Amino acid sequence: MQVDPIHQFQIHDMVPLPMLSVGGHPLWFTNSALFMFIIVGLVSALLIGATRRRAVVPGRLQSAAEMSYEFVANTVRASAGNEGMKFFPFVFTLFMFVLFANLIGLIPYSFTVTSQLIVTATLALLVFFIVVGYGFWKNGLHFLNLFVPKGVPKLILPAIVVIEILSFLSRPVSHSVRLFANMLAGHITLQVFAGFIIMLGSAGILGIFGATLPFIMVVLLTALELLVAFLQAYVFAILTCIYLNDAIHPGH
Amino acid sequence: MSDARDNGEHDRLQTDEAALSARLRRLNEGLGHARPGARPPSDGDGADRATTASGYAKGFRLSSELVAGVVVGAGIGWLLDRWLGISPWGLIVFLLLGFAAGVLNVMRSAGLVAGTALDETNPRQRDR
Repeated sequence: MQVDPIHQFQIHDMVPLPMLSVGGHPLWFTNSALFMFIIVGLVSALLIGATRRRAVVPGRLQSAAEMSYEFVANTVRASAGNEGMKFFPFVFTLFMFVLFANLIGLIPYSFTVTSQLIVTATLALLVFFIVVGYGFWKNGLHFLNLFVPKGVPKLILPAIVVIEILSFLSRPVSHSVRLFANMLAGHITLQVFAGFIIMLGSAGILGIFGATLPFIMVVLLTALELLVAFLQAYVFAILTCIYLNDAIHPGH
Repeated sequence: MSDARDNGEHDRLQTDEAALSARLRRLNEGLGHARPGARPPSDGDGADRATTASGYAKGFRLSSELVAGVVVGAGIGWLLDRWLGISPWGLIVFLLLGFAAGVLNVMRSAGLVAGTALDETNPRQRDR
C-alpha cells in the first residue's frame, strides 16, 4: 500500500463563492478556510466560555484562559516593555491562532493551516507592515536610525547600513518560513513513519513485529510534535514582540 | 553590593579599594553591554528556558535566519539586475551582502553580537 506523505497538505475546493473573484479567478471556500473558521471558533469559545462565570477561584476552563493571558502578557512585557502592551491584543490573537492551528493539525485527518506558506507569510507580512507603519507613524524619520548602528567607522557605514536593511527585510521571510517549515517537516515525518507501519504490517508475521519499531517512533514523534506545536506558536509570538519593540524604540 | 553605592558617593572614598571597585563595576557594565551572551541564563524571562529547551528548535531558528538573509539578498540583486539591466553585478553584490546579513541575523539571534542601538535599552531581547 502506497502512502503519499504530501497528500495531507492538498487544498480542496469545497463550496464555490460565485459572487467573489480576484483577478478573474473565482474564489472557493476551501478546507483551509474551513479549518481557519474552526480555529477562530474554538479560540472564541474557549475565551468567551471561560470569562462568562468569572469566579474568584477559577475553574478548569477559566484557569486555562487566565494562564494563556498571563503567559502572553509576560512575554509582551519582557520583550517589548510596558509600552508594548498596547499591542497585546494583536500578539495574543496571533499566538492563539497559531497555537490552535498547530494543535488542531495534530489531530488525524485534520488540516494544518500553518503548514501553508501563504498563511504564515500573510501573518508575518502583517507583523512586518505593522512594525514599519507604526514605526514611521510614532517616530517619523527617526525610525530609520534602526539601520544606522552606533560606533561604526564612517568608511564602512554605507555597507553596514545596506546589510542592516537586508537583515530587516529578511525578517518576514525567516519569520514565516520557520513556522511553515517546522509544521510541514513534522507532519511529513509523522506520515512517513506511519506509512512504514502499514507497509511492514502488511508484510506477514515478521513484518508485524518489525512494525512495532516505527510505531514506537510515531508515538515519540507525536509527543515531539506537540512540543514543537507549542514552541513554534511561542516563537512566532515572541519574534512579533521583538519586532514591535523595534517600532516602539528604534534607537536613541 | 557595589550597586548600593551611587556615583556621587565614591568621590569621597579616596581609598584605592573604592577606586578599584568602581572601575571593576564600570568594566562589568561595559562587558555586559558588549557581550549579551555572557549574561547568566537566569536573567532571561522564562522565554529563554522554553526556547533553549529544544536544541532542535534552536538549530532550526538559526538556519532559517541565515537562509532568509541569503534569499532576500539574492532576490533583491536579481530584481535590480532586471530593472537596471546591470546583470550580473546586482546579483553578485547583493548575494554577498545577503550572506553578510544572514550571518548578522544568526549572530544576533544567538546573542553573540549586540543588535542595533535599540538593544541597549532592553538587553533581554537580544537573547534571541
